[in-house]
Amino acid sequence: MTLRRVRAIAKKEIIQVLRDPRSLMVVLLMPLMQMALLGYGVNLDIKHVPICVFDREGSQQSQSVMKAFQASLYFQIVESERDYDGVKRAIDAGHCKMAVVVPPDFSQNLASTNSASVQAILDATDDNTANVALGYARSVVGAFSGNVQLQRTQSLGQQPPVTPAVAQYRVWYNEDLISRNFIMPGVVALVLALVGAQLTSLTISREWERGTMEVLVSTPVTRMELMTGKILPYFFIGMLDASLCLVIAVFWFEAPFRGAVTTLFLTTSLFLIVVLGLGYFISASIRSQVGASQIALVVTMLPTTLLSGFAFPIDQMPPAIQALTYLVPARYYFAILKSVFLKGSALGDLVAPIALLATYATIVGLLAARAFRKTLG
Amino acid sequence: MWGRIFNLVLKEFQQLRRDRQAKFRLIVPSLIQLFIFGYAATFEVYHVATAVLDLDHSQESRELISRFEDSGRFPIVLTARSPAEIHKAIDHADATVAIVIDAGFAEELRKGVSAPAQIIVDGTNSNTALIALGYVNQILAAYGQDMGQDLSRRLHPAQPPPPTVTLEQRPWYNVDYNSRWFFVPGVIATLTLVMIVNLTSFAVVREREVGTLEQIMVTPIRPLEFIIGKLIPFFCVGLALTVMVAGVGTLWFEIPFVGNPFVLLLGTSLYLLSVLGIGLLISTVCLTQQQAFATNFFVINPAFILSGFSFPIASMPPFMQWLSLINPMNYYLIIIRGTFLKGVGLSVLWPQMLALAALAVILLGSSVLRFRKSLD
Repeated sequence: MTLRRVRAIAKKEIIQVLRDPRSLMVVLLMPLMQMALLGYGVNLDIKHVPICVFDREGSQQSQSVMKAFQASLYFQIVESERDYDGVKRAIDAGHCKMAVVVPPDFSQNLASTNSASVQAILDATDDNTANVALGYARSVVGAFSGNVQLQRTQSLGQQPPVTPAVAQYRVWYNEDLISRNFIMPGVVALVLALVGAQLTSLTISREWERGTMEVLVSTPVTRMELMTGKILPYFFIGMLDASLCLVIAVFWFEAPFRGAVTTLFLTTSLFLIVVLGLGYFISASIRSQVGASQIALVVTMLPTTLLSGFAFPIDQMPPAIQALTYLVPARYYFAILKSVFLKGSALGDLVAPIALLATYATIVGLLAARAFRKTLG
Repeated sequence: MWGRIFNLVLKEFQQLRRDRQAKFRLIVPSLIQLFIFGYAATFEVYHVATAVLDLDHSQESRELISRFEDSGRFPIVLTARSPAEIHKAIDHADATVAIVIDAGFAEELRKGVSAPAQIIVDGTNSNTALIALGYVNQILAAYGQDMGQDLSRRLHPAQPPPPTVTLEQRPWYNVDYNSRWFFVPGVIATLTLVMIVNLTSFAVVREREVGTLEQIMVTPIRPLEFIIGKLIPFFCVGLALTVMVAGVGTLWFEIPFVGNPFVLLLGTSLYLLSVLGIGLLISTVCLTQQQAFATNFFVINPAFILSGFSFPIASMPPFMQWLSLINPMNYYLIIIRGTFLKGVGLSVLWPQMLALAALAVILLGSSVLRFRKSLD
C-alpha cells in the first residue's frame, strides 16, 4: 500500500465532493433533520393519560376515588360517563385510554367486608400505554387504600395500622426515567448508521455511471489503496456529522453526558469505519447509484431502528431474533453510547462491545476491499 | 378514453410481471419487515434479570425474595454477597433490578416500622424500567399488606383487618398486552407508504429520465389518462400488499380481525389514493431518480415517525402533533387498529375517513395539476 496513491485517490474524491455542493448539503442537513425529528418525535414518556370516569355509586367514598385520580399528574379526566355504553364509546373512539369504574356496592363492601375494588378498563390496543397507565393507576389506588385505612383507624380511635413500606426504590443512571435520555444516544447511532452508509454508497457506482471506471482500472492503484483513499474523506465528513449530532444531543436536547470525550471519539471512529465500509461494499457490488443508495438505506434503516435495542429492548426478544441482532453494528455502538452517556463508562468497561465492533470493522473492510474488481466485464 | 387507459394499465402490469427484480424488491423486504416487527417489536417486559443481596437471612427476607422469583418475571441471575457485587451487576447491565435487604429487615418489619429494603432499578431504558417498576410495586404492595395484616392480627387480635381497596384491571381488545397485536396491523400502513411512494415516484421519474415520457405524450393519450393508467396498477399493488400482510398477520401471527373488512377496504382505498398522490407529487418536482430517492426519504421518514406507529403522538411537542394532522398514515393507523382489534365501524371512524378523503383529494388534485404543468 503506497501512501502516495491513497492520497491521490482521497484528493480526487474530495474534489468530487466539493464540486457537488447539493449532495454535500444533503449530507450535512440530513443529520440535522433526523436529530430534530427523532429528538422531538420519539418520546415514550406517558403523562396526562386521558381517562373517563363512571361512578356507579355516587357516594362520598366513590367521589374521593375519582378525586384521587384527578389529583394525579399522570391522568387527565376528560369525560364522565353515565353507563357502560358511554364508556365503550369513549374508548372505541380513542378519546380515553382508560376508564375508571367504581362499582355500585363500593362503600358498602368496604364497610362490611373491608375490601373493595375499583375497575380500570384499559384500551389495550396500544399495549404499552395501557401497561404504563395501569402501573400509574395501581399506585393511585394503593395510596387511596392507605388513606382509607388511616381514616378508619382514626375514627375508631385505634392505633394506626401498620402496612409497612417494605422497600424504597432507587433508580440509577436515569433517575427521573426520562425516555429521551436513552433515546438520544440511540438517535445518534441511527443517524450515523444512515448517513455513514449513504456517504460511501455512491463512490464506486458513481465511477460506473460517469464512465470514469476505465480510467480508474488502468491506474496501478490496488484494491486496498482504493478503498482507503475513497473512505478517508468521508471519514472526516462522518466525524463532522457525528460531532454535530452529539453536540445537538448534549446541548440542545440536554441528554446527560457522564463519560469522557476521548472514549466517545474512539468508539465513534470505529463505528464510522464499519458503516462507511458497509456503504463502500454496497457501492462496489451494485453499479447504479440509485440502487446502491436504496440498498444502503434498507440495510441500515430498518435493522438499526428495530434490532439495535434503541426502540425495543433486545433481551425481551425471542432467542432467534436476539441472535440476529449480533449482525447489526449499531447494536454495539448503541450499547457503548448508552453506557458512556448515562453510566459514564470508560474504555475499560467497554472492552467487549469495542472488540466486537473492531472485529466487525475488519470483516467488513476485507469484504469491501475484495468486492471491488479491477475489471470492466 | 377508457380504451387508452386500459392499454396503459396492461402495459404497466406486463412491465411489472416481467421485472423479476421488482417483484423481489416488493415481496421479500415486506415479508422480512413483517416478521421482524412481529417477533422483535415488543415493549412488554417479560423477564427482568434480577440480582439479590440478602444480609438479613431471615424468614421474612427469604419470603420477599421468593415472591419476586415466583412471579416468573424476575429470574434471579445473581445472589450477591456484597453491595459492590450488586453495583457491578447493575453497572455492567447483567441485572436490571437488584433487591438489597439489609440486616435487621425482619426485626423492623415485626415492629411495624418501615423496613429498609432497597430496590435498585437500572433506569437506562426508561420504558423497561417503568414497566418493571410497576411489577415490583405490585409484589411489594401485596407483601406489605400481608405483613401488615399478619402484624395487626398479632398485635390487636380483636380488631378486624384493615380495609383495603384494590384495582381490578380489564384490558379491552388485547387481554395479554401483546405488542404484536399493536405492531403487525400497523405494518400494513408502513409498507404501503414506503412501497407505493417509491414505486409511483420512480416510475414517472424514470420515464422522464429515459425520455419515454415524451414519447408517450406524443401519442393521443391525455395527461389525465396517463396518470390514471399509471395509478391503477400501483393501487392494485397496494391492495395486494395489504391483503398479504393482513393474511400473514391473522393466519401466522394470529392477530384477531374482529371488524368489518369493507370498512378496512374503504380506509385502505382512501389511504392508497393519498399515498399515490404523494408519490406523484414527488415525481413532479424531481428530475432524476437520485433526487426522487432523496425526496422520498425526506417525506417518508417524518411521515413514519409522526404517525403514532410506535411512538405516541400525545407525547410529542404541540408543533409535531399539529404536523401529524396532515399525515395520512396517522388516520389510517387508527382505522386499521380500530377494525382489526376493536371492531368499530364507520360510526366511530368517520372523522378519520373524512380526513383521509380530504387529503386524497388535495394530494391527488394538486399532483395532477402540477404534473400537467411539468409536461409543458
